[in-house]
Amino acid sequence: MAKVVKNPAAQIVTANRLRDGAVVYLVADGSWSTNVSEGAVARDAVTAERLMAAGNQAAADQVVVGPYLIAVAVKDDRVEPLGTRERIRALGPSVSERPAA
Amino acid sequence: MYSYDEYDQKLLDQRVAQFRDQVRRRIAGELTEEQFRPLRLRNGLYLQLHAYMLRVSVPYGTLSSRQLRGLGHVARHYDRGFGHFTTRTNMQFHWMKLEHVPDALADLAKVQLHGIQTSGNSLRNVTADHLAGVAPDEIEDPRIWCEIIRQWGALHPEFSYLPRKFKICIIAAPHDRAALRIHDLALRLHRNEAGETGFEVMVGGGLGRTPFLAKTIREFLPKRHLLSYLEAVLRVYNQLGRRDNLWKARIKILVHELGVQKFTELVEAEWQDVKDGPVEVSEAEVARIAAQFSPPNYEDAPTFTREFDELRLNDLGFARWLRTNVGGHKQPGYAIVTVSLKPPGGTPGDITAEQMDAVADLADRYSFSEIRVTHAQNLVLPHVRRADLPVVWRALAALGLATPNIGLASDIICCPGLDYCSLANARSIPIARRLTERFDDLSRLHDLGELKIKISGCINACGHHHVGHIGILGVDKNGEEYYQVTLGGSEDLNGALGTILGPAIHADRIVEAVETLIEIYVALRRDGERFLDTYRRVGLAPFKERIYAPA
Repeated sequence: MAKVVKNPAAQIVTANRLRDGAVVYLVADGSWSTNVSEGAVARDAVTAERLMAAGNQAAADQVVVGPYLIAVAVKDDRVEPLGTRERIRALGPSVSERPAA
Repeated sequence: MYSYDEYDQKLLDQRVAQFRDQVRRRIAGELTEEQFRPLRLRNGLYLQLHAYMLRVSVPYGTLSSRQLRGLGHVARHYDRGFGHFTTRTNMQFHWMKLEHVPDALADLAKVQLHGIQTSGNSLRNVTADHLAGVAPDEIEDPRIWCEIIRQWGALHPEFSYLPRKFKICIIAAPHDRAALRIHDLALRLHRNEAGETGFEVMVGGGLGRTPFLAKTIREFLPKRHLLSYLEAVLRVYNQLGRRDNLWKARIKILVHELGVQKFTELVEAEWQDVKDGPVEVSEAEVARIAAQFSPPNYEDAPTFTREFDELRLNDLGFARWLRTNVGGHKQPGYAIVTVSLKPPGGTPGDITAEQMDAVADLADRYSFSEIRVTHAQNLVLPHVRRADLPVVWRALAALGLATPNIGLASDIICCPGLDYCSLANARSIPIARRLTERFDDLSRLHDLGELKIKISGCINACGHHHVGHIGILGVDKNGEEYYQVTLGGSEDLNGALGTILGPAIHADRIVEAVETLIEIYVALRRDGERFLDTYRRVGLAPFKERIYAPA
């Protein structure tokens, strides 16, 4: 299980989409995707701040709710959130959803 | 069962229309999240990890078959085909889309269900003994008083902005089946020496970060004074409860800080001003409400039939189910059936839309269209003819709802935890699932006897871990999931809070650790001792030594 990283090397902006509450990630073109690997990665503080400003603007525009930065690891083309909570947000519940009947 | 009158229905329909407009304005961008949040919480709508979550109130855990089908309908059309029953006997839908919520609420209103006062700093759903009206040991039906409180407390203007939420529970039997003393206000109907029935009033229970069991502030309150006394308690709380610190805002902290005696004095003084005033319920009103809870038209049903006797002798599965999931009923010839929502490897309290419909059908055929929800996250068919038990058992077994485990180790109480909840620090469902898989051997499960395991994914303790015989609390240590174990908790009238076993245990080891605790119990138990009895006799030490022994 990944540990929470202080001063992460890579970050992306996440939020919940207003209309349905879905977990979304800020894409480089300013849109939002449910696919974490499409998230625009900030590797320095200035970029992180710029992405976060875009996230806040989207919240002000009532597109998303509660944007914030999360630490991620980038492997090839895949972006993986660090920490259990963000992995569960990205991948869904760790247990099958429907009860076993 | 209580059925809405035109005022109840009108109020509910107006609320749905109001919220529909609020959602429309939110989606149109006319309301910010800051403005909208308190409005959605007034309707039981949360924003969780993956989606919106709608919490639907099930007053005192009683549902009609029509209402259960209504919940199934919402699960099927607006969620992902299932719902989750909580320890407050409510239902949560975890996959709601904001844009669909007004339609879902409108559909629920048609069956007199809603999410009002399931969130926020309000008077929450009043819970009761889930065997109210059918338990042989009760002195009267506590739901009459739950309903009187519901009508009085619905949208009560003075108590809509309390320092924090306020949970009330009422029982009317010497045996506590509702975890009475973990509530902010706990009411126990009993008889005084003169033979009159009244309430023992207990205040200041609650789990969470600072757990307390409720303390008695009045041994006997005549029933007619319930609302005035409740008003006095709430006024003292509303005035003096802390609003500066979320963690100290519950009434339990006020009672603790003032002391029971001082708190009682303040309530009694306040009560003198409101006693015998307009809020008191008239006998005629009590009779009007009570009539709605009159028993169904039971028939002269046989106590046993040949089929029943043969099945019990020849089918171990049926015999086991009778032992744990079927209880005695007030009415001769009838039985109370608990529908287990704890299948091996399942999520405690979860139920599919199909299962909801099927249980509603069974209730229509075999239980006067009535269903109960228990705080242990199971359902109850409260009025089943004993002669119908074989057919009901077969039907429930076919639905995966007849696991013979009520009160046993796999009947785990479990909150949604980090798989769904934005407050959680660790997952609870996977731990419950792994544990119930371990207890798949029914011989062993029944041999272990009564064992209450309760799991919470954070200190808010929705999974009641403090009062589990074995309590499990998820904590986060530097981004890793650990579990703190408590032993010896108990939720009955002589209840106790569990004692912490030792340092929290890593997620990879917690299921093994619980197995070890159970092995120690089996090795140490004397004839007839439950886990709790053995623990109380031998104390923490033997358990602690083994769990933390150097490898």
